[in-house]
Amino acid sequence: MARAATNRQKLVVTLIAWTIGIVIFFPILWTALTSFKTEAEAIASPPSFLAFHWTLENYTEVQQRSDYFLHFWNSVVISVGSTLIGLMVAVPAAWSMAFVPGKRTRDVLMWMLSTKMLPPVGVLIPIYLLFRDFGLLDSRIGLVIVLTLINLPIIVWMLFTYFREIPGEILEAARMDGAGLRDEILFVLLPMAVPGIASTLLLNIILAWNEAFWTLNLSASQSAPLTAFIASYSSPEGLFYAKLSAASTMAVAPILVLGWFSQKQLVRGLTFGAVK
Amino acid sequence: MKRALSLIGAAVAAFLGSSAQAETLSIATVNNGDMIRMQKLAEHFTKAHPDITLNWVTLEENVLRQRITTDIATKGGQYDVLTIGTYEVPIWTKQKWLKPLDKLGANYDVEDLLPSIRSGLTTDGTLYAAPFYGESSMVMYRKDLFEKAGLTMPEAPTWSFIADAARKLTDKQNELYGICLRGKAGWGENMAFLSAMANSFGARWFDMNWKPQFNTDPWKQTLTTYLGVMKDAGPPGASSNGFNENLALFQTGKCAMWIDATVAASFVSNPAQSKVADKVGYALAPDNGLGKRSNWLWAWSLAVPASSKKGDAAQTFISWATSKEYLDLVAKEEGWANVPPGTRSSLYANAEYRKAAPFADLTLKSIQAADPQHPTVQEVPYTGVQFVAIPEFQGIGTAVGQAFSAALAGQMTADQALQSAQALTTREMTKAGYIK
Repeated sequence: MARAATNRQKLVVTLIAWTIGIVIFFPILWTALTSFKTEAEAIASPPSFLAFHWTLENYTEVQQRSDYFLHFWNSVVISVGSTLIGLMVAVPAAWSMAFVPGKRTRDVLMWMLSTKMLPPVGVLIPIYLLFRDFGLLDSRIGLVIVLTLINLPIIVWMLFTYFREIPGEILEAARMDGAGLRDEILFVLLPMAVPGIASTLLLNIILAWNEAFWTLNLSASQSAPLTAFIASYSSPEGLFYAKLSAASTMAVAPILVLGWFSQKQLVRGLTFGAVK
Repeated sequence: MKRALSLIGAAVAAFLGSSAQAETLSIATVNNGDMIRMQKLAEHFTKAHPDITLNWVTLEENVLRQRITTDIATKGGQYDVLTIGTYEVPIWTKQKWLKPLDKLGANYDVEDLLPSIRSGLTTDGTLYAAPFYGESSMVMYRKDLFEKAGLTMPEAPTWSFIADAARKLTDKQNELYGICLRGKAGWGENMAFLSAMANSFGARWFDMNWKPQFNTDPWKQTLTTYLGVMKDAGPPGASSNGFNENLALFQTGKCAMWIDATVAASFVSNPAQSKVADKVGYALAPDNGLGKRSNWLWAWSLAVPASSKKGDAAQTFISWATSKEYLDLVAKEEGWANVPPGTRSSLYANAEYRKAAPFADLTLKSIQAADPQHPTVQEVPYTGVQFVAIPEFQGIGTAVGQAFSAALAGQMTADQALQSAQALTTREMTKAGYIK
């Protein structure tokens, strides 16, 4: 009887999980399906789910009109570059906050987080002027710098949370065995925090990949990543949904594949220390 | 060491040499069919001008506006050619943000530009932007449905005829709506339509002292007519409908009438996109017998920012893209129906174009009927037909548009929407120093 109830519970929970999963995934699925429709079918009402004339013409046109690989490469450089630099700065910062906290550590952490509360457009003009004066407009290095700064509070917070789960005694033991600060962080702390660092890395690559305000406003033709590639297919006058869907599918596909292959690592990292 | 230095020197010389050979223009534009066609045909320009290369930045209209406004206001110098509209040109020339277009060449027939379009891009007798394509608004209607209902659309209808016909043609059970109009909030969305409509009712945004006029009868008549006909004969969810949503409804046969940009005529009459391509008729935008029709005027135009260091090359490109020869090139490569409309008188005198574009005459008449210098029945201190050419208008227009869109969605009455519009416009205009 108890076993039957458990099975029923399992079935219900599985059904709920699948429903939520499908609801969350549906917009991406619909975008992918629309990308294979003609513009007329993309706006048809009622819309057809699978029974439409499948075509690759939108992908052909997007390939002809845009330099996808330039935008893709810009996205890779900007997201991976900003995440790696962010990690290099955040690891020592999170180490000091987790293992040698001062009186004001909590305040500093909160203050760092508070920078995320400001609407980005509020600092657009000052940042734009700085970029202009330093010659960083429409450059990948400029976008790497700005995305590093924007995502740094999240990276520090995530690493701080993971580091706190590691017993300080292990680091102390390493110090007693003669390890310097560099060795302590590189050879003792980091190997133990690999799942947390990996999930921080992946999450920040995804955040940087999807960032659309700064990447649109500070780029022009040379450093424009995939967000600008998508934005170029929206039209004020004329139907564009199918072509926009094709561009969006091409833009999210790489990050979707990355997420798919690293989902185990992501889940492990995100739940690291959640159950003791 | 010497060898290394000479290598560096050679590399620098090669770099400088290569940059001296070709000048690269950065062109910011929107994703409209005519602009995309221009990008495809640009190889003809670069072949004729091997010393100039082109980099395109195509963005969604609102993103583009924000992007280039930031760049031009901060003198960022990211772009050499800008795609801007008739709203920006008078404001930006006042700020000295644009270079005068005085090097378009001896063969550039500036007198051939349509006078109403040219006047919207000219300040103190100097042309600051060259029109790439121009548009007004007009009525597009289903000839078959009118015939079935025993109605005849006049070439120049009144609002009362349009409202009556819309109600007669509505068959909500079969998802057929008498009229589709813009309802989505925004200064360039529902307020473009409603400001132009208000002109025909004798309304105006401001009196000669910049005092908002939403508390006057003409505005009340405008809004109640609009809300009434949309309630009785409009599609559901109209408060979210802009150009593209109404285009989709009309093309799929769900609207008997649609009043919107003249450029839509080429979409709705294209059998590859439209189910009703062979059933569409055209008429002038409606009036109320007060001397002003409810049609607007807009021109997507090319301009050179004052911060560009490549002004001469930029003007060479603009001269090519907005010339008579470019229109001939498009006709040769893509057919006369795809030629960018609404900029040159010679196009409308061309028999081949008139044959390919049955809506050509009405487009021209609509453009000629709009006067951005004298847009309203009563005198006003501003220029612009469906907008007020002041920097504050984007914010105010969108906020008023939100109130009117809320009224269309049934969240407030016409009176409440007008009161809200009056209050917020008065507040903003006082803050900006127009009202002392």
